[in-house]
Amino acid sequence: MWIRLRALIIKEFLALWRDRRSRFVVIGPPILQLLVFGYAATFDVGHVATAIYNEDGGRAARDLVARFVDSPTFDRTVTLQRDSRIADVIDSREVSLVVHIGPSFSADLAAHRPATIQLIVDGRQSNTALIILGYANDVIDTFNRTWTDSHGQRGPPARLVVRSWFNPNLVSRWFIVPGIVALLTLVVAILVTALSVAREREVGTFEQLLVSPLRPFEILVGKSMPALVIGLGEGSVIVAVAVLWFGIPFVGHLAALYAGLLLYLLSTLGVGLMISSLARTQQQAILGAFLFIVPAIILSGFATPIANMPDWVQTVTLADPMRYFLIIVRGTFLQGLPLDRFLSQLWPMALIATVTLTAAAWLFRHRLQ
Amino acid sequence: MTGPGHGRRGRWRRLRGLVVKESLQIFRDPSSIMIAFAMPMILLLLFGYGISLDARHVPVALVIESQSQAASSFAGSFSHSDYFAPRVMHDTRSARRALVDGKIDAILVLRSDFARELQRPGGAPIQLIVNGTDSNTARIVSGYAQGAWRKWLELSGLATGTAVTPPVTVDQRVWFNPEVRSRDFLVPGLIAIIMTLIGALLTALVVAREWERGTMEALIVTPVTAGEILLGKLIPYFGLGMGGMVVSTAMAIFLFDVPFRGSFLVLTVTSALFLLTALGMGLLISTLTRNQFVAGQIAIIVTFLPAFILSGFIFDIGSMPAVLQGLTHIVAARYFVSILQSLFLAGDVWSVIVPNAAALAIMALVFLGLTRRFTRKRL
Repeated sequence: MWIRLRALIIKEFLALWRDRRSRFVVIGPPILQLLVFGYAATFDVGHVATAIYNEDGGRAARDLVARFVDSPTFDRTVTLQRDSRIADVIDSREVSLVVHIGPSFSADLAAHRPATIQLIVDGRQSNTALIILGYANDVIDTFNRTWTDSHGQRGPPARLVVRSWFNPNLVSRWFIVPGIVALLTLVVAILVTALSVAREREVGTFEQLLVSPLRPFEILVGKSMPALVIGLGEGSVIVAVAVLWFGIPFVGHLAALYAGLLLYLLSTLGVGLMISSLARTQQQAILGAFLFIVPAIILSGFATPIANMPDWVQTVTLADPMRYFLIIVRGTFLQGLPLDRFLSQLWPMALIATVTLTAAAWLFRHRLQ
Repeated sequence: MTGPGHGRRGRWRRLRGLVVKESLQIFRDPSSIMIAFAMPMILLLLFGYGISLDARHVPVALVIESQSQAASSFAGSFSHSDYFAPRVMHDTRSARRALVDGKIDAILVLRSDFARELQRPGGAPIQLIVNGTDSNTARIVSGYAQGAWRKWLELSGLATGTAVTPPVTVDQRVWFNPEVRSRDFLVPGLIAIIMTLIGALLTALVVAREWERGTMEALIVTPVTAGEILLGKLIPYFGLGMGGMVVSTAMAIFLFDVPFRGSFLVLTVTSALFLLTALGMGLLISTLTRNQFVAGQIAIIVTFLPAFILSGFIFDIGSMPAVLQGLTHIVAARYFVSILQSLFLAGDVWSVIVPNAAALAIMALVFLGLTRRFTRKRL
């Protein structure tokens, strides 16, 4: 049995390796994507293009404007002279924020009347809009504090002191890059497995494999091996790049990460093999792969939290192996997961792997019409 | 050269024949129709409901070390907020444990001397600890907490008659999306991503399949030209893709209640341009690879992930490093996302639509031109 199995595994590796283009597809893009997405996928907002419309010549207004201009966040500023230009610069997306100071601002402030400043943001990107408003409010809060201190007024009776655990500066790259480990290993595992059976079936060599002395279980192992080895290898490279190149802290146990990665790969390649053995043609297999990869990524919590989803969608996400591995990979990188939380992510993946791999092995034989 | 099959009439007849052949193929293999109609519906349903950046009922722990009137009024302002689902805890240890376990997203601590500190000149500190593992949610949660804190200051000041208004108050307006519903900006972007997938998938495989099976050679030895073969493939899939676009737009407007403030004419023209780009990209991939296996893999790698991450659909392009901002210019979805966000939320903003549509037109020409060249060269 071992000799047969070894021969099959070698054959599967060769099949993948011999084709120069598919070899490239499996190795080149993931590394490139890691670098591109690692830098591109960020929720941090910087270099906000800002327009300032100051109708007030007073010193306080000038001081406030200077705070915006000097801030590293609002570093690209234009000055508006007319009210009508506000709509132009926002509509055309020339700027994302307009700071409008009315004519009576300095006078109101001096007379201890509430002075109002108007902030207009482009809501076509509402997440960015909220973050920009947060930054702008910080600038104004600082201005208020300086003003009350220097004019002997009483500040607010309570103040909020915000501290962030595991990611003190809320760098979104720390959140995204560990997620990319899960994202790219998913794509690779599915790409390698989804077409393997379908291709052989289309060419007719799968029937030959079935009539050989190999049992379905052995075929399953042979077909899984390349994806497992490639997935583990690429996962390790990505983790190394995340730590060494992007400088993401890794505070958890490497063993926990690999235990998670192994089960994650088994469950995803199970899905890939299932798709592959269900498909009649390669075209259907690719479609199936797409139809799994895209929702699996979007519903995994990679970019938007699962907690924000409606209940029925949250139930759907329970079948998504990436959901569990994301918690493990982010947890081991940033915080070091408590054991019970780690285990409660492991067993659902083990369950998904068992179901999909068994189904794939069964389908090898029973899809033969 | 006046025999049948030559001249303009012959060309039209050949083209019609090709279009009919391709359409028949589409109808016989339902997978193309599935891609064009069922896929946008399923994907929009899942994503429209699934992708949201609006955190609601965020689980937070309120640690109140000693009860006082001020502490309970502060706790009340969190219980009444739609954004939070607070639970009161009496010691920091168990709250910290819950944060590490991911059961709560934030902790608010009112220390035992809270009521006394309120009277001091510096004011009482309220500690907010957020779980930074998910940095974006952490930022949103601390923004909500700041809002609740400001509101509490205002209300408690009014109640005691010692209102402390800050010197400068902010009047903030979020244009085009005053309620800041993330769905309103995500759904138009999703349409662009889904159309990228559909356009590339529809064509990436068909031509590769013909090369693989040798039917492409059979087509090429007939009098049809490379351009005609391409048009014959493009026309039926273009029709399918536009059908998918109609389905997606209707779902966005009627199911997800996203406002549509532009004109349908502009939407039709720009969608047509985008679809030509996406189909052109798919045709180019399959012409270059001539192998379904590789074509499928490349289509997955160059379409979905770049459209998801580099298009400005969810991650702000202006915040990316300059090199990557340059790279986004070759992602067709980027232009379409920008057009759709404006058309849906702002209206026909020509200063956004014209440059983006021009970029799409150029990309479509490049992809289709290259495909035509490679089809001929490899005769």
